Amino acid sequence: MTGETAIRIKNVSHHFGEESDARHVLALRDTSLDIARGELLCLIGPSGCGKSTLLNVIGGLLAPTTGTVEVFGKKVAGPMPRDIAFVFQENALFPWNTVFENVNLGMVFQGVPRAEREARARRSLEAVGLKDFAQHYPGQLSGGMRQRAALARALSLETGILLMDEPFGALDEQTRMILGEDLSVLLSRTDKTIVFVTHSLGEATFLADRVAVFSARPGTIKQIIPVDEPHPRNPDFVTSEKFTAIRNQLYGLLHDEIRKTMAETGVPAGAEHAP
Amino acid sequence: MRESRERNSRLASRSVQAVFLIVLVVLWYLATTRWGVSSILLPNPVLVVQQLWDILKSGEFLGDLRVTLTELGIAFAISATTGVTIGYLISRSHYRIRVFEPLFAGIYSVPIILFLPLYVLFFGLGPASKIALGATISFFPITLNTIAGFGYVDRILVVAARSMGASDVQLFRYVLLPAALPIILTGMRMGFTVALLSIIGSETIASLAGLGHRIVHLAEGMEMPRMFAYIAFVVVIALILNTIVSALEARGKRHV
Repeated sequence: MTGETAIRIKNVSHHFGEESDARHVLALRDTSLDIARGELLCLIGPSGCGKSTLLNVIGGLLAPTTGTVEVFGKKVAGPMPRDIAFVFQENALFPWNTVFENVNLGMVFQGVPRAEREARARRSLEAVGLKDFAQHYPGQLSGGMRQRAALARALSLETGILLMDEPFGALDEQTRMILGEDLSVLLSRTDKTIVFVTHSLGEATFLADRVAVFSARPGTIKQIIPVDEPHPRNPDFVTSEKFTAIRNQLYGLLHDEIRKTMAETGVPAGAEHAP
Repeated sequence: MRESRERNSRLASRSVQAVFLIVLVVLWYLATTRWGVSSILLPNPVLVVQQLWDILKSGEFLGDLRVTLTELGIAFAISATTGVTIGYLISRSHYRIRVFEPLFAGIYSVPIILFLPLYVLFFGLGPASKIALGATISFFPITLNTIAGFGYVDRILVVAARSMGASDVQLFRYVLLPAALPIILTGMRMGFTVALLSIIGSETIASLAGLGHRIVHLAEGMEMPRMFAYIAFVVVIALILNTIVSALEARGKRHV
């Protein structure tokens, strides 16, 4: 962390639907936060608390109802493909393109000159360990490999900011752990700023420099817990007392909010993946 | 291993189909030679084959075939261009999809061939009425499939493309079109089939030329073996056309 601010979120609220509408939902309530360059920030909270909404507002995919977001000093008013890349929860790869074509196409959209694309695609596929699968179609890959491919596509865009919306949410626990470890190694080599939405306390603790815990809907950031541990983090960190202490602290913070959400909706946190 | 088993099972079902057809022809032959079915109702298959050979050798079929294929080609060209264009324009708004999709689906389920007398009144007995009818009938499956193809593209793919900076043209070229093309191609195949059916069908009802016209003409002249030969000829032409169109469809799907 260099201390320089990459993302500045000022008094952001968002609601879906008109105020008069019966389905009107206040998804995000007066949230402010600064995210430093090179930082990995995890957003964690009960279902429907607005963490994905905040991610989409940062990325310019949703216009906030009130408040502003600045990225490297520029006000966000729409997608910013030169500064921000996304990794979505699942299946955002184009199924009719091979892995290589998917990565290449992202750069076509972003406007990378043809001469640079091939080398960058190869580099990013190698970084995620998929160079032997470049000519496979997404349907021929496992869920974990598909998410690696999506990550390669985002890395090839060489943006300063990476927004990840539960990228490992649909994967099994083992695959998730391995991908988390690889991600930590990968990111320690870059100075990317990353905002990572997750349901998993362990994942948040393992990956984050700071964890922002959301309150129940209408959500806002309830507390920020720092995880003071250098990257890349190795598997031993998971068994350390520090890890357990932070994880328990997060659980304590979340517990009440999840109860609140359940009382309100009858749905346990994590049972739905509403954006 | 699995591939060869698949090939074997395909071979097996092909032979069952072949045996079925052979048995049908043998029964036909027995019916005309042994069981005394009137040759006016059912001519001897040997005679039919002789007639078919004569038709093919003399090239007599060419004029009628040309008429029917021209009608089909023009009708399909009209319905494919208007169907894809209108379908695309409808698919661009949820409101328009809500209005037009059920409307077109409703009209599609009506037997439009009932309007043939009206088409003949408007466009005459010549090819124009066949073209208009064929184009109308095939317009609906093509339009409906185009709406389905463009209207229900997975939203996350559009969002992902936009987040990476895709322009409107790029979004169409690299996301919407490849997502919709397989469904549109299926609609085109269905449209082609119903255009063929309705054009030959309407030729048998009211026309001056064409394969359907020829068959009815022979029936009225009681030239049963030759009529059967023409029917067989049309069946083979239809099979060839449908095979070509299906192959084109499969090819188009592979390349997206």
